[in-house]
Amino acid sequence: MVELVKRIFLDPSRCIGCRSCVAACRECDTHKGESMIYIDFVERHNTVASSPTLCMHCEDPLAPCAQVCPAQAILVSPDGVVQSADETRCIYCENCGYACPFGVPKFNVAGHYMQKCNLCYDRTSQGKGPMCATVCPTQAIFYGTYEEWLAAGRGKQGAKPVNTFYFGRQKLRSRNYVVMREEDEELDILALVDAVNRSTEIPQALPVQDAEQWVDAETAGIPQRVVPSQPWTPREPNKQPVPAGGVNRQESISVVSVNINV
Amino acid sequence: MSVDKNIFRLWRRNQPETFDFHSGAGQGKVHWNSEEEIERYVPTHCCYCGIQCGMYLKVSHGKVVGVEPREDFPLNHGMLCPKGATAYQTVNHPDRLMYPLMRRNGKDSPLERASWDEVLDVIAQRFQAIQAEYGKDAVSIFSGSSMTNEKCYIMGKLARVALGTRHCDYNGRLCMSSATGANERVLGLDRASNPISDMLHADCIFVIGANVGECFPIVTSYLWQARDRGCKLIVADPRQTPIARTADIFLPLRPGTDSALLNGMLHVIIKEGLIDEDFLRERTVGWEETKALVEQYPPERVARVCGLRPEAIIDAARMYGQAKAALTYTARGLEHQSKGVDNGVTAMNLALATGNFGRPGAGCGTLTGQGNGQGGREVGQKASQLPGCRDIENPNDRAYICSVWGIDEKDLPHAGYAATLMIPAMLRKEIRACFMVCTNAMVSLPDQHTVERALRGLDLFVVTDFFLSETAELADIVLPGTVWAEDEGTTTNLEGRVVKYNKAVEPPGEAKRDWEIACELAKRLGKEQYFRFTSAREIFDELRLCTKGAKSDYWGITYEKIAEQNGVFWPCPSEDHPGTPRLYEERFGFPDGKAHMHPIPYIPPAEEPDEEYPMVLTTGRVVYHYLSGNQTRRTPFLKEQAPFPWVEMHERAAARLGIEDGDWVTVRTRRGEMTVPALVVRSIRPDTMFIPYHYGHNQAANQLTNPVLEPMMKIPEYKVCAASAVRATERPDWAKELDVSELDAARKRRHELPMAQAKAQPMLH
Repeated sequence: MVELVKRIFLDPSRCIGCRSCVAACRECDTHKGESMIYIDFVERHNTVASSPTLCMHCEDPLAPCAQVCPAQAILVSPDGVVQSADETRCIYCENCGYACPFGVPKFNVAGHYMQKCNLCYDRTSQGKGPMCATVCPTQAIFYGTYEEWLAAGRGKQGAKPVNTFYFGRQKLRSRNYVVMREEDEELDILALVDAVNRSTEIPQALPVQDAEQWVDAETAGIPQRVVPSQPWTPREPNKQPVPAGGVNRQESISVVSVNINV
Repeated sequence: MSVDKNIFRLWRRNQPETFDFHSGAGQGKVHWNSEEEIERYVPTHCCYCGIQCGMYLKVSHGKVVGVEPREDFPLNHGMLCPKGATAYQTVNHPDRLMYPLMRRNGKDSPLERASWDEVLDVIAQRFQAIQAEYGKDAVSIFSGSSMTNEKCYIMGKLARVALGTRHCDYNGRLCMSSATGANERVLGLDRASNPISDMLHADCIFVIGANVGECFPIVTSYLWQARDRGCKLIVADPRQTPIARTADIFLPLRPGTDSALLNGMLHVIIKEGLIDEDFLRERTVGWEETKALVEQYPPERVARVCGLRPEAIIDAARMYGQAKAALTYTARGLEHQSKGVDNGVTAMNLALATGNFGRPGAGCGTLTGQGNGQGGREVGQKASQLPGCRDIENPNDRAYICSVWGIDEKDLPHAGYAATLMIPAMLRKEIRACFMVCTNAMVSLPDQHTVERALRGLDLFVVTDFFLSETAELADIVLPGTVWAEDEGTTTNLEGRVVKYNKAVEPPGEAKRDWEIACELAKRLGKEQYFRFTSAREIFDELRLCTKGAKSDYWGITYEKIAEQNGVFWPCPSEDHPGTPRLYEERFGFPDGKAHMHPIPYIPPAEEPDEEYPMVLTTGRVVYHYLSGNQTRRTPFLKEQAPFPWVEMHERAAARLGIEDGDWVTVRTRRGEMTVPALVVRSIRPDTMFIPYHYGHNQAANQLTNPVLEPMMKIPEYKVCAASAVRATERPDWAKELDVSELDAARKRRHELPMAQAKAQPMLH
């Protein structure tokens, strides 16, 4: 059966952390200046890996955020897209923030209401893609049906989209998928953290495991060409480095702040 | 991505995200609703990098109010990077210059408002006076490439026809010239060999010295799509960049050793018998000499120089050599060196030896950084160039261009100084006046303190810009220019595809388009008859005529054809020619049709570490900022992500120096020093430090860089110099008000997980 529901397929391994999705999301007319998607660096000390967090538009249980809202401010459209809180109804109780397993709802302090991703409903209801997926320069955020995802060649190198999450014993099935590898039967975060805590050996940081100390070319034994001193190097190497303020800061050329908005 | 935003958490407080730029100045902040009715969606391209992503600008009541992804443009298919998504915010920016500024009473007086007539008269009179007293070459034009082909062409013509000076050059000298040198020495044509879509046909992509994820984000999607089809990725970079993280082979080589690595890889490929003998015999010359030299670069020895494991080099060479179609991409990491041209030539030697040219998915080329870096280096604003990649010394080219322009051949100047040589010429008082447009030399040129002395010493310094950049602050006269949304014209992207900007709005205040300014100035210099242009289209038609029959032939390209075909690849010799997406299918760009290989011995970097300066300093970019940051540092979203520079160093180096993550560190080189916060990570070589260069004044990384120039093309060595780092006793001036508690909290958050807490063994040297 060909599936017609368009979803987001999120592949964090393709994310480069550019925050284009964050920039584009906050262009939306209904929440201009606020972005509903997050990019986090998972562990900058070790790696440049980044991971997007966006609303998963949970299907089963349907929208936990909406279910716990005492004011019924979060509505779900018939096609399953969980809308943002209606600002006329939201009482800022933050219940939805507690209920959401992914930490998605954002609380607008000034306006006293909750905001979250609504899958760019103004665009997706008209057949366009959400802003984050449209601009993502690596297509780590991919919007389309599963067939379209396969047709784009994404399934070829053993990628497997997953939409079932367990939080303790609570199972959650979401509209949006996260892409994992075919050999991953499951990803148990707590087990991984335990393993690292218990292990006596911390693995060498992967990024530069090939980096070794170096020697100059003569010592290494490869031919090198010695470059003669060039007449066009503007100045001789300075024995005393120039202080941080620069040599010319005392001069009286004034750059008066010009009133450019006259 | 190379910055954890938590380090800058303070700025989030000061830049509330609900600020809406369209309020303009003085109207207060508008919150979440927006009631503009969009009148038009203007198809245009991004003003930033060389990809030139297609986008629509939303126009309402004569103002640009937003961006809409343009999914019908075939290169980016609606994708945008964060700079492109916020580019429209520079159009109505409160910092826009609205009227000309002039120092009326000498160098010590402030910049005051002046009228166009006043400033243009002063410029023309003083230029003529300086030329009368000191000779025609005492005036120079320092142009740029982030503007349309029409404007770049006009700048070249202004220098040669209106001013009669031979000193005209542009900021691409700092960027593209190494690749140009390599292209001209080896292949004969100065253009990318394949369109970006060819990446989908490659079996191996080798990226060396290119931070594709941060500098050309869109290209990353092609990279990932290629990998979906089984393509292998090899990345050579001293730091772990976003694409290096998941590469099949990551070679963290020492900055400055690219030619050794490439020679070593070629050595392995020869030994393993992976060369393409037929291709070498039929389509190249110079193979025997190259092969003989490379014989002396076995991987074990090369690995010791590059600081790599020999197995990694051998694996990479095998992976590259065994691929049926392999693409090599280079960028400034390889080219910003005192031997940048040589590095490019070795990369091409490797591609030629394996027959990787002229087929889908096979090629070798550079990723041009600036928006119109490709076009800007063809249309005659270069020191030795006439429009169409013509040589200014070639008698036939000179005769043809003079016939198009209608001037005498003896009035056409000869080749002048490259941009980087103009600075010492200014210090020697050989050049006394400079007309600078589309560049921010105080941030971009190396050895900032010398550049400042040179620019302050000019008799007349005119800068055209749309913001008061760090360079404009030193100028005697500042002319307000226009942004890309206010003009129409063509640019040529990094593939060689000529695309068109469409005008969305009128310039604000009294700002004029750069070509209008040039024509007005030429009128006052008495050369009006050569500058009778009333529209960009007229300039483009003359440009097409100049390039007719030349290497970069635009004769068959018209505005209509660009719109129809979504961009036309040059050479396009006639109206019915569709353009040439892929080059070198039949012949290379030399008269004999063959590629010229050259044996390139390794040259060490000009400044290697010693006892006083023991670390290697490399500079580079981040995804949020573009070039000197003049535009992107004024965009709140982008500035929030990376508001000030930092120094990235390895944990082992930091441990040895007694530096903790988040400490203030003074980085010192022979040219200067700067104090920045430290980002201590494991994703960089232990002997290397990295500072992003997008900032000005005493936050500029170019206070530290080495102004040594490459002999053929005069590009500076930005990527490698010797530096020392010590823990600073106090914060720099610009950081005095920064809230330290936030930085502390951010640092603690970064080290929460066990992996980060485990300290690696310190190195004992």
